[in-house]
Amino acid sequence: MEIPKSFLGYKRENGRAGTRNHVIILPVDDISNACAEAVANNIKGTIALPHSYGRLQFGADLELHFRTMIGTGSNPNVAAVIVIGIEPKWTKKIVDGIAKTGKPVEGFHIERTGDIGTVMKASKKAQEFVMWASEKQREECPISDLWISVKCGESDTTSGLASNPTVGNLMDKLEPLGVHLCFGETSELTGAEKVCATRGATKEASDKFMKTWSSYNDFILKEATDDLSESQPTAGNIAGGLTTIEEKAFGNFQKIGSCKFVDVLEPAEEPKKGKGLYFMDTSSAAAECVTLQAAAGFNIHLFPTGQGNIVGNPIEPVVKLTANPLTVKGMGEHIDCDVSKILSREMNLSEAGDSLIETTLRVANGRLTCAEALGHKEFVMTKLYRSA
Amino acid sequence: MATDIIIHDQKDNVGVVVIEKITPKQDCNCWIMENDSSTNIQSMDEIPLGHKIAMTDLKEGDTILKYGHDIGKVVKSIKKGEHVHVHNVKTKKW
Repeated sequence: MEIPKSFLGYKRENGRAGTRNHVIILPVDDISNACAEAVANNIKGTIALPHSYGRLQFGADLELHFRTMIGTGSNPNVAAVIVIGIEPKWTKKIVDGIAKTGKPVEGFHIERTGDIGTVMKASKKAQEFVMWASEKQREECPISDLWISVKCGESDTTSGLASNPTVGNLMDKLEPLGVHLCFGETSELTGAEKVCATRGATKEASDKFMKTWSSYNDFILKEATDDLSESQPTAGNIAGGLTTIEEKAFGNFQKIGSCKFVDVLEPAEEPKKGKGLYFMDTSSAAAECVTLQAAAGFNIHLFPTGQGNIVGNPIEPVVKLTANPLTVKGMGEHIDCDVSKILSREMNLSEAGDSLIETTLRVANGRLTCAEALGHKEFVMTKLYRSA
Repeated sequence: MATDIIIHDQKDNVGVVVIEKITPKQDCNCWIMENDSSTNIQSMDEIPLGHKIAMTDLKEGDTILKYGHDIGKVVKSIKKGEHVHVHNVKTKKW
């Protein structure tokens, strides 16, 4: 298959391109959710991103909170942003961070005004933003403007046999075209960590990966009260035939094909070393991982599943694929790309990779994903430890 | 001929069932992905889609190889053709 050299995206002020054109209402903290949701209810075509945190956090955990907030607003899939927080200082910090992209952003704080006054002021600005954004047109963008993140979920052995290698095949074909790629799931590489480390493009990248993995693994061992047999693999994984974390890890690892990673990113950190594959230190829980990758600037996500994970994200379209014929049969409304014919050997891996590239480009051009059509908007912040 | 079981790597001592299920005493066709070769095995158990079958006799303490790599240890001896899963294999991590 000849791979298209371009897609139709929204060009942004900072030179990036979006696959979507969202106007988001971003609460800084948990207690501002009500205001943000009221604004999104008033002004059609905007979307609120409620979440559970943002109060009394400190240190690295607070830094991650800001990085996730600012990164989400800065994502090229977002045209304009309304930020609402209880206090002015943190609200302004997030507004200033997002403003660096050059996109329209305005902040509102609730203290001394109350919910009703804030909703009124923020709604007026949100209306202005959404009407402005509605005139943005899709334009031809080079395929290298795609930043593709990947994460698998509700995996089973069909993931490692077929759907994850399909993503790997796509990576092998798109990496030479200059796209950015990102995989994560630190804990779910356990058992395959030494093999994964050999895929660092430099010794520095390999060493950084091993340090990151060891730190996460030490944390798990410290907190574990049992052998994690209820958590990793999950009950869904086990029902699908996965027996151990090592088996899951080697299946997981198939997603990167034969690519090498150029750097290891902190959670939600934007890649800075140019095109190519990056590893990000993330949780292996689907919504947390995708939220972090979207906050790092990735504009389309590929999600292979075995037993049928249904996750979506409010700003980054999540394309699902599966090789499990029972999942296609039972919950086909969640599957964007069916590669189950690999198991019956009616389709080879390269054909599956081509099919996934075709689906990815259709979604990049504007086709809704199953998760978008079904209303999945999981926005889940990663919290590193308890608040002060 | 239809494929009932896929084996990732020539070295692997387990294969994965890729049809809805296999039944006891079923003669199964296995495809080895690594070198595109074929082999056969007779199953001992009913094994559902996605679950593993032992390609050889395995004793307690043996290592399970899949993708050509160590994915855990045998904790209860397994006969060739039997179902391999959490009842007879455990992680070496955690």
